[in-house]
Amino acid sequence: MATVATTAAQQRAIDANVLLRKQRSLWGDALYRLFRNKAAMVGIAIIILAGILAIFAPLIAPYDPTLQNTKLNNMDPVFAGTPYTNPHYFLGSDELGRDILSRLIWSARVSMVVGFVPTALIFVIGASLGMLAGFYGGWVDNLLMRFTDIVYAFPDLLFLIIIMAALRNTGIGEVLGGLLLIFVALAVISWVGLARLIRGQVLSLKEKEFVEAARAIGVPTRRIMFRHLFPNALAPVIVTLAFAVPGAMLAEATLSFLGIGIKPPTPTWGVMINEGFTVFSQSPWPVMLPAACISVVMLAFTFLGDGLRDALDPRMKI
Amino acid sequence: MLQYTIRRLLLIIPTMFFVALITFGLTRAAPGSPFDRNENRPLPQATIDRLNRLYGIDRPVTEQFALFLGNALRFDFGSSLVKDRQVTDIIGQGLPVTAQLGVQALILSLAISLPLGVISALKQNSMVDYGSLFFATVGYTIPPFVIAIVLIFIFAVDLRLLPIVGWGDIKHMILPTVVLALGPAAFITRITRASMLEAIRQDYVRTARSKGLREQVVIVSHVMKNAMIPVATIIGPATAGLITGSFIIETLFSVPGIGRLYVLSINQSDYPVIMATTLLYAFFIMVANISVDIVYGILDPRIKLAH
Repeated sequence: MATVATTAAQQRAIDANVLLRKQRSLWGDALYRLFRNKAAMVGIAIIILAGILAIFAPLIAPYDPTLQNTKLNNMDPVFAGTPYTNPHYFLGSDELGRDILSRLIWSARVSMVVGFVPTALIFVIGASLGMLAGFYGGWVDNLLMRFTDIVYAFPDLLFLIIIMAALRNTGIGEVLGGLLLIFVALAVISWVGLARLIRGQVLSLKEKEFVEAARAIGVPTRRIMFRHLFPNALAPVIVTLAFAVPGAMLAEATLSFLGIGIKPPTPTWGVMINEGFTVFSQSPWPVMLPAACISVVMLAFTFLGDGLRDALDPRMKI
Repeated sequence: MLQYTIRRLLLIIPTMFFVALITFGLTRAAPGSPFDRNENRPLPQATIDRLNRLYGIDRPVTEQFALFLGNALRFDFGSSLVKDRQVTDIIGQGLPVTAQLGVQALILSLAISLPLGVISALKQNSMVDYGSLFFATVGYTIPPFVIAIVLIFIFAVDLRLLPIVGWGDIKHMILPTVVLALGPAAFITRITRASMLEAIRQDYVRTARSKGLREQVVIVSHVMKNAMIPVATIIGPATAGLITGSFIIETLFSVPGIGRLYVLSINQSDYPVIMATTLLYAFFIMVANISVDIVYGILDPRIKLAH
C-alpha cells in the first residue's frame, strides 16, 4: 500500500465525512442550527449580559438606586453636551436626584426575575394539567377547555389591571414590592395557553405507533407520559416559553408604566419611564434610557425565540 | 355550520357570567371604599356610611352580585360612583371615540401590512424583504408605549408639529392612530409573508404556471386567494390587540375613549364603570373570535368546524 499524500481538497472531504459520521441527536441538530443563527446568538449574548447585570447589580451599580441627592437632580448624561451634567452621574440623575445608571442596572434584576419566575410557574402548571387533559380526557379536559374559553375572552391586560388594582394594597400585594402579585397574576392568565398546546400535542402523539408499541410491551403509564410523550411534545413548548419570558417582562413594564405595577421606590424600567414622563418635555433622558433598555432586551428575547423556533421546527415559519 | 354557530353563541352566556363573577369578586376584594379617596380631606364616617347605603355597597357581596346581574340583564349598570351620571351614558360617550381610533388603526395597519407582506414574499431575500422583516420584528417587539414616547419626542417635543395630548381634529389623531396600528401591522406583515411563501410552493401554483397563465393571474387568483385565508383569521387577535393597546395609548395621549375611562375607573374604584367596561370588552372579543372562526370555515371548506 502506497501512502498517497492527500490534497487539501481530499482532506476537507475527509473532515466533512468525519463531521457527518459523528452522531447527532435531534436536539443536537437543533442546537447546531440555533448556534448558526446570528440573530439568535446576538440575542443570547444580550440576555447573558443582562443576566450578569441582574445578578451582580449590587457590585456593578455605582450608587444605591434609591439614594436621593436633590441638590443634583435632573442632571443630563455626561455626553449630552448641556451644562447640566455632573461627572458623578454618567447617565445623569432623575427628578429626585437618583443615579440613573444605577437604577437601570437594578431594573435589569427585576426584569429578569419577572421574566423567568412566572415562566417557570406557567411551565409547571401548564405542562402538568395539559398532559393530564390530553392523556386522560374526561372531566379534566372539559374543565380545562371551559376555563380556556373564559381566559381567552378576558384580554390579558384587562385582567392584569383588575388584579393589580384590586390586590395591590392588600397583604399579598405588599410582598417583595408587588413582585409576588405580578408572578401570580401572570401565571394565572398564561398557563392556559401552554396547557392547551401540550394537550393538543399529547392528543395526537398518543395515537402514534411508538406509544402503542410502548404500551404493548407493558411500559407503565407514567413512564409513557414522561419518557415518550413529554419529550416529543417539548419542541413547541420551548418556543412558547421563550416568548413567554419577554411577554412577562412587557406586562410588568406596561403595568408599572400605568402606575399599577411594581411599587416605587423599587426601580424597574417601567417605573422609571412612568416617573420620568412628568419631566419629559424638559429632559427626555430619564424616559429614553429605560425605554432603550426595555427595547433591547425585548428584541434579544424575540431573536432568541425566533431562532429557537426555526431550529426546533424548520417547517414552522411565521 | 348553523349548529356550530349557535353552540358558540350560546357559550357566550356562561363565559360572560364568569367574567362578571371574577371581575366582581376582584374589585370587591380591593381594600378601601370608593369614597375614602381624598386622604387630606377625609369624608365623615356618617357620610361614607350613607353613600355606601345609597349605592348598596353595605349589603352582603353575594346580594350585591345578584342585584348587579339582574340589572345588567336589562342593560342597567347603575350610576358611576365618581361622576354623578349613568354608566351607560359615560360609556356611550367614550365608545365612539375608541371605536373610531380602533377602526382607523385597523385600516392603517392593513394598508401597511398586506402590501408589505405580499411584496416581501414575492421578492424573498431581497432588500425589501429584509426591510419588512425588520419592520415586523421591531414593530412587534418594542412596547407600544416606548414607540409612543419616541414619536411624541420627535414630533411633539422636538419638531413641535403635532400636539401631545387631546382629541378633536386630525392633528390629534395622527400619533395615537399610528402607534396603535404599528403592533397589529407588524404582526399581520409576518403572517401575510409566511402565508404567501407557503402558498407559492403549492402544487396548484406550479400547475397554474405550467399551463401558461400570466404571472399576475397566478399571483392574484391562485397564490393570494389562498394565502389570505390565514390572514383573515388574524383580524380576531388583532382586534384584541387593538383593545388592550387602547388602554395605554388613550391614557398616554389623553384620548377621551373607554380605554382611558377604564384605567381611570380602576384607579378610582368606580365599581359600576369597571364592571360595565370589562363586560363590554369581553363580549366584543368573544364576538370577534366567533366571527373569525365562522368566516374561516366559510373561506376554507377544508376546515371542519364540528370539533
